[in-house]
Amino acid sequence: MKKLFVPLVVTVAALFVAAPYMIAQAPYESTMGLVQKIFYFHVPSWMAMYTAIAVCAISSAVFLFKNNKTADAYAVAGAEVAVLFGLMGLVSGPLWGRKAWGVWWQWDVRLTTALLMELIFIACLLVRKYGGPGSEKLAAATALFGGATAPFVYKSVDIWRTVHPKTSVVPELLKGSMPGSGLPFALSAIGFVLLATLLMMVRVALARRQMALDELYLDYEES
Amino acid sequence: MFLRTALLVLRKDAAIEAKSWEVLTTTVFFAVSAVLVFSFAFVKEGEPLEDAAAGILWIAVAFSGTLALGRTFERERYAETLRALLLGPAPRPALYVGKLLGILAVLGIAELLLTPLVALLFHAALFARPGLMAALLVTGTTGFGCVGTLFAAMLVRARSRDVLLPILLYPITIPVIIAGVRGTSALLASPPDEATAVMWIGILTAFDVVFVTLALWTFEPLMTD
Repeated sequence: MKKLFVPLVVTVAALFVAAPYMIAQAPYESTMGLVQKIFYFHVPSWMAMYTAIAVCAISSAVFLFKNNKTADAYAVAGAEVAVLFGLMGLVSGPLWGRKAWGVWWQWDVRLTTALLMELIFIACLLVRKYGGPGSEKLAAATALFGGATAPFVYKSVDIWRTVHPKTSVVPELLKGSMPGSGLPFALSAIGFVLLATLLMMVRVALARRQMALDELYLDYEES
Repeated sequence: MFLRTALLVLRKDAAIEAKSWEVLTTTVFFAVSAVLVFSFAFVKEGEPLEDAAAGILWIAVAFSGTLALGRTFERERYAETLRALLLGPAPRPALYVGKLLGILAVLGIAELLLTPLVALLFHAALFARPGLMAALLVTGTTGFGCVGTLFAAMLVRARSRDVLLPILLYPITIPVIIAGVRGTSALLASPPDEATAVMWIGILTAFDVVFVTLALWTFEPLMTD
């Protein structure tokens, strides 16, 4: 992991330097114009959140059943990064919605469930912080339930009639429904997911140091 | 063995409850006061708002359910009886099922009182399709109760558990409550929209299956130190 760290930082930095230029070069969408370009930010944020949720839910399950401390470090990192990117998605969405729907917030299925998913992971962090000893397990269970809702949130736009664009937008864009915008979108998506990975790596390292420190304290008190 | 353990836990809870009536009376009383609180928000010039009844019913169930969950497990914590139960040579998922049945029984009794009360006070035709309404209440309460029992049991050992229970419970169970409210308001429409209600009952059943499976799967490692 450590060997990967520096190349990853360089790649992410390069992608984020290139992104504004790429997005500025991308064509204007016919109906939404400039506002549509929030898409290059909004969708990648959710992709990064789903990545973090996957890490969090899987490592929570491993932690619950194998009682593996490292898995717990990954679960904290996943939950925190999921909350961060979820917030970015929840902020960037209304900016587009104000122009597209005329209101900042619509209570349709996708928006409501996405907000709930964010709340579940915030709850997960709250339990960890205020639950006292043993609360890691509680947080892990919460994360598992949060992970179970994630596919529902993703598919909700296809199941119900919602005002939110469907999941098919992304594959269509990559196939060239709007020539010239596939590449910038793919690069921003990769940039966001890599950024999430990077943040999680840093957070895991921090969590492991905290665990090591706690163990040292325990040893010191015993001796 | 599994079923017998679950029924034994249920019988134990029923015996304790029959002595004090503590959880049942407080839950029902709280549910009724919650309904009264809502009457301030949803009654305009003496007339209840349309569709308000569905939301009021389900929120009263969710609020009083949280109270009942907190009380039931506080009692188990107080005398360390939950630890005693866990020490016994019984399958742990059976303990969970037993506690869940107890909670569902309390909530079921509360709903038996609450539904006519809401129908009466808010002029809602909740009994136009009694079978579908009952199916909605059963599937919805099961979904709420199975997540609630799992988290309340885990929180027995946590600090600030009174605050953490609603914090954890509501985000996870809101889909269940939404489905319940939507299904109920479909039944309140005139004429009752049966197809929509059946669709929501299906969704609630799907939630129940996912939640009960997850809860049974995680109860064992969660309750192990």
